[in-house]
Amino acid sequence: MRFMLLFSRQGKLRLQKWYVPLSDPQKKKISREVIQMVLARKPKMCSFLEWRDLKIVYKRYASLYFCCAVEDQENELITLEIIHRYVELLDKYFGSVCELDIIFNFEKAYYILDEFILGGEAQETSKKIVLKAIEQADMLQEVGPIYFMKAFSARWAI
Amino acid sequence: MALKIVKGSIDRMFDKNLQDLVRGIRNHKEDEAKYISTCIDEIKQELKQDNIAVKANAVCKLTYLQMLGYDISWAAFNIVEVMSSSKFTYKRIGYLAASQCFHEGTDVIMLTTNQIRKDLSSPNQYDTGVALTGLSCFVTPDLARDLANDIMTLMSHTKPYIRKKAVLIMYKVFLKYPESLRPAFPRLKEKLEDPDPGVQSAAVNVICELARRNPKNYLSLAPLFFKLMTSSTNNWVLIKIIKLFGALTPLEPRLGKKLIEPLTNLIHRLVITLHRASVEKNVCLIGLVLPIVCVCVCVSNAVLISLSSGMPNHSASIQTVPHCLYVSLVTVKYLGLLAMSKILKTHPKSVQSHKDLILQCLDDKDESIRLRALDLLYGMVSKKNLMEIVKKLMLHVDKAEGTTYRDELLTKIIDICSQSNYQYITNFEWYISILVELTRLEGTRHGHLIASQMLDVAIRVKAIRGFAVAQMAMLLDSGHLLTGNMQRNGICEVLYAAAWICGEFSEHLDDPMQTLEAMLRPKVASLPGHIQAVYVQNAAKLFATVLQKHEGATDSQAAQDTSQLLIERLPLFVQSANLEVQERASCILQLVKYIQKLQQKDVEVAEEVSALFAGELNPVAPKAQKKVPVPEGLDLDAWINEPPSESESEDEKPKAVFAKEEPKQSRARHIEVDEKELARRREARKQEQANNPFYIKSSPSSQKVYQDAPGVEHIPVVQIDLSVPLKVPGMPMSEQYLKLEEERRQKERADKKKKDKKKKKREKRGKGKRDDSGPESEEDITPAHQVDIVTEEMPENALPSDDDDKDPNDPHKALDIDLDKYVPSAENTLHKVTVCMLHAEKQGDLSITRHFLVFLVPLLVQKSLKNKKKKQKKEKDEKKKKKRHHHHHHHGDGGGGDSVQNGTVEEEEEEEPLPVSRFLPITEQKNTVYDIQGNLQDGSQVVVSVIFENKSNSFLKSMEFNVLDSLNSKLQRPEGASPHDGLVVPFQLPPGVSNEARFVFSVQSIVMPQKLKGTLTFIVKSEDSSTHEKLDFKLHFTCTSYLITTPCYSDAYAKLLESGDLKSSSLKLEGLNMPFHHLLARICFHHHFSVVERIDSCASMYSRSIQGHHVCLLVKTVSS
Repeated sequence: MRFMLLFSRQGKLRLQKWYVPLSDPQKKKISREVIQMVLARKPKMCSFLEWRDLKIVYKRYASLYFCCAVEDQENELITLEIIHRYVELLDKYFGSVCELDIIFNFEKAYYILDEFILGGEAQETSKKIVLKAIEQADMLQEVGPIYFMKAFSARWAI
Repeated sequence: MALKIVKGSIDRMFDKNLQDLVRGIRNHKEDEAKYISTCIDEIKQELKQDNIAVKANAVCKLTYLQMLGYDISWAAFNIVEVMSSSKFTYKRIGYLAASQCFHEGTDVIMLTTNQIRKDLSSPNQYDTGVALTGLSCFVTPDLARDLANDIMTLMSHTKPYIRKKAVLIMYKVFLKYPESLRPAFPRLKEKLEDPDPGVQSAAVNVICELARRNPKNYLSLAPLFFKLMTSSTNNWVLIKIIKLFGALTPLEPRLGKKLIEPLTNLIHRLVITLHRASVEKNVCLIGLVLPIVCVCVCVSNAVLISLSSGMPNHSASIQTVPHCLYVSLVTVKYLGLLAMSKILKTHPKSVQSHKDLILQCLDDKDESIRLRALDLLYGMVSKKNLMEIVKKLMLHVDKAEGTTYRDELLTKIIDICSQSNYQYITNFEWYISILVELTRLEGTRHGHLIASQMLDVAIRVKAIRGFAVAQMAMLLDSGHLLTGNMQRNGICEVLYAAAWICGEFSEHLDDPMQTLEAMLRPKVASLPGHIQAVYVQNAAKLFATVLQKHEGATDSQAAQDTSQLLIERLPLFVQSANLEVQERASCILQLVKYIQKLQQKDVEVAEEVSALFAGELNPVAPKAQKKVPVPEGLDLDAWINEPPSESESEDEKPKAVFAKEEPKQSRARHIEVDEKELARRREARKQEQANNPFYIKSSPSSQKVYQDAPGVEHIPVVQIDLSVPLKVPGMPMSEQYLKLEEERRQKERADKKKKDKKKKKREKRGKGKRDDSGPESEEDITPAHQVDIVTEEMPENALPSDDDDKDPNDPHKALDIDLDKYVPSAENTLHKVTVCMLHAEKQGDLSITRHFLVFLVPLLVQKSLKNKKKKQKKEKDEKKKKKRHHHHHHHGDGGGGDSVQNGTVEEEEEEEPLPVSRFLPITEQKNTVYDIQGNLQDGSQVVVSVIFENKSNSFLKSMEFNVLDSLNSKLQRPEGASPHDGLVVPFQLPPGVSNEARFVFSVQSIVMPQKLKGTLTFIVKSEDSSTHEKLDFKLHFTCTSYLITTPCYSDAYAKLLESGDLKSSSLKLEGLNMPFHHLLARICFHHHFSVVERIDSCASMYSRSIQGHHVCLLVKTVSS
């Protein structure tokens, strides 16, 4: 996988992960292009796009687009499955996740992604193991700073 | 202290945290930029504070801003600070920020090496985890080199959590630092059988990625993967493995056979579920079927046939795929098309039956699907259906909305028609009509593409020129239609081709005068410059033709009228702003004026004028220039003259204001090339010019040269079947060709029947057949007129090069390392065996031994195997061919008559280097690579030369080399030294330096191979400390080491065998699957034999010991 982008219907980037090191202007250019292309597509179209020498696989969940760019030989269904798996993970972690969860806890979304995918390859296919690792790492994280408390109280107090 | 903490937390309360920032940004929608700039100022303040919590908070906010597109590279150093916090909370934030914004150009990355190393070895697995995750995003070649060892250790960490990450990140490390692949590979392989499924799948992932790029190096892993495939239940892993096999099977056909069973089982399982499952589920299942089908495609054809005929399951899956197309779910549709394109290669028929369905997909709203369908059509065309498919596509072109898709269609049509050298086109008139029709498209960008196709066809298909010229003349005549809005679209490029074709092949024109008139209309002046230039030039060509036509005719008025026309019209071009047009026009104008004068005197000029444009054109292959072999002794990189000094060139620069000076300078540089070379170049240039359709011929002489060149007479003579009207009046309509073609084919079929009955004159038909032979059914369709496509020319002695298409920048190229070959540089220098390089880390001597073993054992096994193999071969030979062959050990002067394994007795003379040993040495972070050579010397002495290379960053000194003597071999020490003393290596090694030391051994008997154990001790000196290190190694002396490669003639060899002085023995070895010539090469290289004679899979070999003992060897493969 080359990169993963999450963006809203308005084209606002919510999360970006690059598995190839690129400079900022390059990243910006690519994500702008990809977002434009994906947003231009109608709801009943298929989830795949060919773009340059890459395949763009995207899926829309509520107001968020999840979008991956993979190499040509990559299996697009696995990629779709990866996207879905990630959404499930977010869902489990945040408890019926919504766009705002990801906006306000964007670093958490990154941590989950990092536990799930490393260097562009899925590292763990078991949801349980990923969530366990995240939870344990969260436990380690000091609860000291007030703002982290604040961040979670809303979520965990239900 | 307490106060400070309190103060810190109070500070913090006033800080904005991430949530506040996000909220703030959302509340300041109108003046977001302003709000953020104040936030960044605050963050800058926060970063200045000592409190790490504040800093981390600031970095966290910056990470968010980075995502919004703000530059935060200025905070890189602060990010590193946060990364190195000891608290996981902050470390996590730091690494996240780093992974988001660091890239190869970030200079602070250098500072992180030690911090990352520390984190990697942290007792807390989550510290290690974040470090690995971060590293995977910003690893640079330097980091990869420095940390490769640390990560390699982590691959055997006790926690699967770490192991799995370490395995995955190794792939990134390999890409950045390819040298690490070899040492890491054994461990990676080990991980394929890791008890933890996560680690296992990570290892499968990495190896699949590696193997996909360079499959041949991973063939040896096939059995292991085979086992995994049959045992794994994880679909993710399964898909990866199947994909890997897809890459491997083309290299090893036997693998395909083995795969049939498990794959059919798998498909069977899937197909059953596929039939039952809901549509949603189908999606996932096709995901599995897809790679399987790919593998099946790769499996050799024979296997596939057995697959589809013998086992119904496979064809069932093929039938299932098209089903998907009826499902409205677009995703499935897309995948169905994708699967079909894979099946197409092997089962074209089963796909072609769904042609209508695929054509329907062209109407789909979704562009992705349309493009897929187009792709599929590209592969589906045959001689039979090309016209039909293209006709449908033309309809779509008319309907298509949006220029992008229309352009895509246009390029696809041209691609489809021109693929594999116009293989599928039976009627080029039809193709030209299609091209002409395409010019009527509005707003296409691909005028240039159409133009180049027109040129290509007109030049290469001689038979079509007449027709093409007529069409082009028509295009020129109606040029104003195209030029209507030409500035915006590129379609006027077509006129470029049209003008050139009309000019160049003007002899085919019916009414050159009219075309000439069309080319000189005032409107032409509004065309782009380069097209006008072609117009002017070709007007001159037409002029020549017109003159020729009218020459000799009684009334010379027509010719004079033409001259007058040119003289009237050309001044328009002389005034052109375009330099090229202006130059050509004024040149030609003067020429015409001169001709007019001559005409008035009734001088015949036509001959001379047309001589200006005489000569035949040949197409040149695009790669021809590249393939011209470099003549011997010519070094293209060498300076011809001394390069001008820096200052000089600087002085000259301002002078070169006029463009013209440039070529002069470069010409001056060439002056000193010797005459011969110059002549050759001139020749080549002329030829090139003559071959270049866009080059304006300078003088007729160049043509002459060209016509002498070989190749011209090979341009085939064209036969025209007159059953098809060559001229179609009016603008061409490609559709009529469909009908015509249909009629023609029918007629042909009828003819053929007749012919078959009479069995007459079959020869004629056979002669004209083209080289490419399609499937049998297609051969029935003969082209409308026998068209010989002139193949593109290549220079003589063109170098065959396969790697033309490889991208030199592909990072995976560096990873093309033959992992089975443990002795990488062995092949480079004969007599020199680089033994092994190993990067590992020392964690006590145990680990050294382990690494040592990992590498050494296979190496030694390989070596001893070979000995055994040889022996066994001999045995086998003995059995098979007792008479003819002997394996002998002749002991020169009757010395020691015992037959030895395969060595000889040693003594005496000669300093012949030979590979003696190999060993492996590693120090802490410093890797010392050793390279060993052995030497034989006078008496019973062996010289072992060892190359010490310091690959570490530290200084190595006080090296002492010691070997545990055996009864047979002793290290020669200076007099008075005890047999346990080491020898001091007479040099020190700064980082990166290598040096060679020689050690002399005295050897009693070389009849037996032997290993000597030894130790190297040395002091590692780094800036702040120095440690004493020890390194164990083995020296391995084999008997063949004492042989010297000596050539031998077959008659001398025969004499030797007849003499009966030789003793013999033989042996047989099984389970070798190396090609025979490789085997011979190995024996020759490793054991110093030379091949005397080789007949099929049997070879006689010869070698001599340093004492002059003859050793003869017969190697033979016997198929079981």
